[in-house]
Amino acid sequence: MEPIIAPAHYSFFGIPLVLLSIAIPLVGIGLWVYIMAKRVAPLVRARNDERMDNIPQRIYMVIKIWLLQWRQPRYMMAGVLHIVIFFGFLSLALRSSLLVIIGVVPDFALPGLADDQIGGIIYNTIKDYAATFVFFACVIAAIRRGIFRPERYEVPERFGKNHNAEAVFVLMIISTLMLSESMFDASAIAAASVAHGESHFVAPGTLAWFFNNIFVGTAETAPAKLQTIHIAAYYVHDFTFFFFLCFLPLGKHFHVITSLFNVFFMRIRKGNIKPPVYGLTDEEIENLDSIGVKKLEDFTWKHILDFYTCADCGRCSDNCPAATVGRPLSPRFITIRGRDAIFKNYPLSGDILKSPEVIGGVFEADEIWSCTTCGACEEECPLGIEYIDKMVDMRRGMVDNGEVPQTLQKPLQQLSKKGNAWGKAPKKRDAWIKDFAEEGEIKVLDGETTADTLFFVDSISSYDDRMLEITKATVRILKKAGIDFGILGQNEKDSGNEVLRFGEELLYRELRNHNIEMIKQSGAKRIVTADPHAYNALKNDYPDLGIPVEHISEVVARCIKTGALRLNPVEDASKVYTYHDPCYLGRHNAVYEAPREAITAIPNLRLSEMLRSRDRSFCCSGGGLMLFYEPEEEERMGVLRVKMAAKAGANVMVTACPFCMVNMEDAIKVANMEDKMVAIDFVELIERHLV
Amino acid sequence: MEILVCVKNVPDTGEEEIELDGNDLDYDELTYVVNEWDNYAVEEAIQIADKVGGNVTVITVGNEDADEVLRREMAMGAGNAIHLEDEAFEKSDAKGVATILKAAVDKGKYDLILTGAQADAGYGAVGGMLAAMLDYPYASLVNKIEVGSGKLTVGREIEGGNTEMNEIELPCVLSIQTGINEPRYVGIKGIKQVSGVDIPKFAASDLGLDESSVGEEGAIVKRQDYFIPEAGEGAEMLEGSDDEIIAKLIEILKANGGL
Repeated sequence: MEPIIAPAHYSFFGIPLVLLSIAIPLVGIGLWVYIMAKRVAPLVRARNDERMDNIPQRIYMVIKIWLLQWRQPRYMMAGVLHIVIFFGFLSLALRSSLLVIIGVVPDFALPGLADDQIGGIIYNTIKDYAATFVFFACVIAAIRRGIFRPERYEVPERFGKNHNAEAVFVLMIISTLMLSESMFDASAIAAASVAHGESHFVAPGTLAWFFNNIFVGTAETAPAKLQTIHIAAYYVHDFTFFFFLCFLPLGKHFHVITSLFNVFFMRIRKGNIKPPVYGLTDEEIENLDSIGVKKLEDFTWKHILDFYTCADCGRCSDNCPAATVGRPLSPRFITIRGRDAIFKNYPLSGDILKSPEVIGGVFEADEIWSCTTCGACEEECPLGIEYIDKMVDMRRGMVDNGEVPQTLQKPLQQLSKKGNAWGKAPKKRDAWIKDFAEEGEIKVLDGETTADTLFFVDSISSYDDRMLEITKATVRILKKAGIDFGILGQNEKDSGNEVLRFGEELLYRELRNHNIEMIKQSGAKRIVTADPHAYNALKNDYPDLGIPVEHISEVVARCIKTGALRLNPVEDASKVYTYHDPCYLGRHNAVYEAPREAITAIPNLRLSEMLRSRDRSFCCSGGGLMLFYEPEEEERMGVLRVKMAAKAGANVMVTACPFCMVNMEDAIKVANMEDKMVAIDFVELIERHLV
Repeated sequence: MEILVCVKNVPDTGEEEIELDGNDLDYDELTYVVNEWDNYAVEEAIQIADKVGGNVTVITVGNEDADEVLRREMAMGAGNAIHLEDEAFEKSDAKGVATILKAAVDKGKYDLILTGAQADAGYGAVGGMLAAMLDYPYASLVNKIEVGSGKLTVGREIEGGNTEMNEIELPCVLSIQTGINEPRYVGIKGIKQVSGVDIPKFAASDLGLDESSVGEEGAIVKRQDYFIPEAGEGAEMLEGSDDEIIAKLIEILKANGGL
């Protein structure tokens, strides 16, 4: 007799358990397919999304973000635990599948992977260690989640109870899988070694090794017990495995299934906004009955896949400036509530329900207007979940319904009538050039007067007295660098970066089409701007512009390298500078180094980085139309940001965006830090130090 | 309920430096928008029609540029528009405008007529005059409307921020105060979608009006001058700690009867 009977040959009260080995997978897979079909239904009914472009880039993202878990270590403790569990799962996926077959065909092995072959020994060693590491990672994660309870997992009262129970429950399921798998093997090995004196290699220190050591003693005294353990471990594993498989699509562990797809289909380009509907002309968009997201099915399938994929890790909200200052928005709960709404409307049994109004029925308008579109959430999400396009699509829906906050209506109307949100006269857009009468004329490019470079000023830097200083410094730098440039003057209208992002699609298209025409007419071969919002719109949102767009910091950094610009030693060497990355320059366009290179090219300048810098920069409060929005908040983002600069030991904040300047200067006053901190724009700093 | 809302195209003077031309503004330099009070009136009319059923018609006395305002309010949700345009209407005073509107009202059948509480000229008189000419009951500065059967209960804003509630028989004329509601946003898409709608136009002869009863000729109030006040000496900046500033401010407010 064999030392231990395999589950496939074992009978319980005369019933062959092989029937169970067949029944569990059949029921499990059947149920899983049924649940998945229900989950796929909303994806099919959702709006189209174009995600099949740039396949090589998408594969690269899958390797980097999914397989190599690139973003996980941004949160070291949780990240490492996740990486252990993730690779453990990958290593054990094969084993778990094989176990299902072994329940029916006991000696089944893949070629080269039999227990006595070298491949099998290596694989068994790997999977034994994997199971062990996963088990301990789960124990640590459960302790962390259940006892230490990091703050970012807490659920604000308005969004219901905390989700720790689900998290710990799943960790227990995974631990059960690891333990039962190890016991199944260990019981067989122990029995064989006691009966035949066979010595199987068991990787030392693993769960299997641990159980084997215990079981050898048991086998000597009570072999039947070992048989029971062997069979019980098998069916506990088998049942738990299929239970888990069917449990995955019911909650936040759906990401185990969807993450690969979500990362493959994630946002590849940055800084742009999806069109309301793909592939339509301006005229077709105008004639749509409805624009934007109003009901659940108005989301694109990728956006619903985002809802499914959220692992509830809280990193988005932890980095969200709106959530940090107590605005109603918390991106994590946009996704979680979006998912719950889809689950509720597409029940596992029964008919699909009629969608509620997304605004009012699922989310509140204030949440959606609270987003500054800074992109911190998307930068952080380890699963490639998106927010900005959803915010914009929901805003489009509200704009289409006329549900726009009162404080935004006037600026939007002014943008339509006068091309700027402040309602300033279009005729006065280039009034500032008269100040340069003595320094040499500034060209206005109208097709007859031409220049190599177009300096796109944009609205705030054309009209606001303080921001005109930025414009003038930019002009002096361009002149010093010997660049042949001009402006569009009264032919320029607002770039529309925020008009697009606040959901006024058709107004944005009017502004964009006007500017494209004027830019083409100007004959300029490249564009430079000192406003990252204009930079972003021109670079990422204006299609077929066909000319390169640069931010002034890129031009300055290059001119310093070529020697076209030279800089004097820092005016006041006792000052400590810090650089605040504007969202639309940094995160959305990855211009992190150019401004730093230029700033540190000023001899003797001391630059101290804030904890939150580069892609973790903290939004100043938002620009463009966001200046007119009056959010409900406990604190200003700008005030927090200024305090971060002080914490870095800085007393001069350098930024490179007029809107950051508005917010920082306000924040310095609000925080009563006028004697400790000044804000200066990048171009002002450079211009002051020009040789 | 058939609701007529009287709207006006007014210069948007908010952010621009104003130039004068004789005894009036230099209108050529200005951009135009719908009179703010009228916008609240249209929103209120749409909300009433949504609630109890009915139609909203917007009407304006103005030159061809006023067409834009009518379309904007149609994009907002008004079903019909009427444009009263005639050279003879130009430079009408409040009585003249009320006379023109009355003639148009007589051509239709309306249960409720709304106007803004005032417009750019600041008289706040057209609503009251129109009611008198129609012999309809009238309530001014209305900031709340509850619809009953054959009558309305309206709230009026009175001195000191108080509100009085009145019952008023239909048909009636109400002048609407801002703040009665939150007017919806009118997007470019909505405006484009009504850009092709035909808006009926009526001139003095269509309305059976004697040209001499309206316009400059019919005006009984004639403007003598128009000027921009000289800028004063500027603001007084209070200095000191927050507490000191507050104490000084209270003192000044008390001294000037503000408290």
